[in-house]
Amino acid sequence: MLLLTPHPSRFTAKLMNPAFSVIFLTTLIGVGQGLFLALYAAELGAAFGWIAVPHAQRFFAAGSALSLAFLAAGLLASFFHLGHPERAWRSAAMWRTSWLSREVIALPLFMAAVAAYGGAHYLGFGATLLLGSAGVLLCLALFICTAMIYACLKFLQEWATPLTVINYVLLGSASGFSFAAAFAASAASADHGLVRVLVYAAGMLTVSALCTRVASLRRNSRLKAKSSLQTAIGIKHPRIVQKAQGFMGGSFNTREFFHGKAPRVLLAVKWGFLALVFPVPLVLLLAGESLSSAVLLEAAFAIQFLGLIAERWYFFAQANHPQNLYYQAIS
Amino acid sequence: MTQLALVIDLNVCVGCHACVTSCKEWNTSGEAGFLSDDNPYDRDPTGTFFNRVQTFEVGEFPDTQTVHFPKSCLHCEDPPCVPVCPTGASYKRAEDGIVLVDYDKCIGCKYCAWACPYGVREIDEHQKVMKKCTLCVDRIYDQNLPEAQRKPACVLACPTSARLYGDIHDSESVVSQAIRDSGGYALMPEWGTHPANHYLPRRKNEIRIHKDELERAANPLKIDGLLPKPGVKEPALDDVTSW
Ligand code: SF4
Ligand code: SF4
Repeated sequence: MLLLTPHPSRFTAKLMNPAFSVIFLTTLIGVGQGLFLALYAAELGAAFGWIAVPHAQRFFAAGSALSLAFLAAGLLASFFHLGHPERAWRSAAMWRTSWLSREVIALPLFMAAVAAYGGAHYLGFGATLLLGSAGVLLCLALFICTAMIYACLKFLQEWATPLTVINYVLLGSASGFSFAAAFAASAASADHGLVRVLVYAAGMLTVSALCTRVASLRRNSRLKAKSSLQTAIGIKHPRIVQKAQGFMGGSFNTREFFHGKAPRVLLAVKWGFLALVFPVPLVLLLAGESLSSAVLLEAAFAIQFLGLIAERWYFFAQANHPQNLYYQAIS
Repeated sequence: MTQLALVIDLNVCVGCHACVTSCKEWNTSGEAGFLSDDNPYDRDPTGTFFNRVQTFEVGEFPDTQTVHFPKSCLHCEDPPCVPVCPTGASYKRAEDGIVLVDYDKCIGCKYCAWACPYGVREIDEHQKVMKKCTLCVDRIYDQNLPEAQRKPACVLACPTSARLYGDIHDSESVVSQAIRDSGGYALMPEWGTHPANHYLPRRKNEIRIHKDELERAANPLKIDGLLPKPGVKEPALDDVTSW
């Protein structure tokens, strides 16, 4: 039969179709989480007398508010992923088995902790370090829940690795610390000691994230798929070709799991994010610190965040779902 | 414990799509609501189906076999789609092992579709809930139907009887016997999902000859005992001719 309509699987790309709601959810809450960790680290440092925090009360309260804003924006984005957002409350039910359910619980709890932490600073209550430590635990829990949503799907071999969790933690933290550096520079002045510490921390996190992200890219480029057309239909012959997938105009299965982008687009996104998330912000961070320029620090964060959107897109697009074996040819 | 399942005989399936259409017909007319379609009579028709028949060519020309391959939810015994569901909308029934979606609880997050390696879950683009084969749960227990019709619509529709239905945990059921006798296998065994549905492989056709085909029960030559037979005392032909 003729190939009647253009169809994603005509392209070689047979991989997950990234959803922008999920991309924004994971990148935005990553910034919010990293920013909170940066605030808490600054407060700890100040408590030990290692660094001085200018206008501490305002700095922590406003920082927490910004962190909350990122988290809320991520939460909002996640609703666009749902077919029935009005039923979202139901998704807390299965926390015993589902990482998604656990994330749904961890995110508002963490938001509450950040709100309490910022509120305590704003109102001048004590015990902010204690409140913050609860926030740190919830923050790490949230990182793990978010990453495990992907890492627990064992047949999505590109995701099923501890590197997924490590990358979510490091990339989120790096972007949050970059934001914190820019925020500190605009809140105090760019040549403040706190800014220097945050810039170095952001730089170190960025470099570590580069190492682990490249490690996962290398791992994935060497993956050998466990499933094949042979195991998919249970026929052992080495040469099997699909002649019809059972329908002509596409289905949920062809829309959700194929992005239909040419390999060179994928390659461009990969090198794009490798440049935008790591070296460019690193240079801008260091330049911003040595030139005492808040604008450069802000640019560092903005570019890194843009890069992270590409990084997350690539993370999804690179995953090869075994169901795609069943959807190779229209007819 | 019961585990209802389909066993699909790839040796027999002729790829006629009768199971696809009867499945759609039954399941779009039920109480659970329709299965929505877009552009059904237009360019790029698309819609929600529980069952699809695919076609594969095995081997190299001229030594090829065309294999028609019906695929629907396999009602895995260890279904990866169930634990990931955050709402509990996806569940596996303890009493008969059917994996179902509660359309009133589903939030349409699609996570279960990511978690199913077989690509049999489809979101309904208009109702925004996840749909998949229910093994016709709304007909197999229907006391208003005659016993013989309490089977999934696809099974009843199949003109070649390529689809068997029964309890694979009952070793005497037709499905268990078919799996045992004809080398029934599961798809993608590498993921440990233990699909309940099995497939019977292509195999050498056997001719099954029943006894009544060898020996016609009503063969008149076999009832020659009833032919008139002269008694022993009757004169034989020799006796007559020697008169
Ligand atoms: S075939 Fe897919 S949808 Fe059906 S039970 Fe198995 S994993 Fe779940
Ligand atoms: S789409 Fe529905 S059934 Fe599937 S995981 Fe989400 S809530 Fe559960």
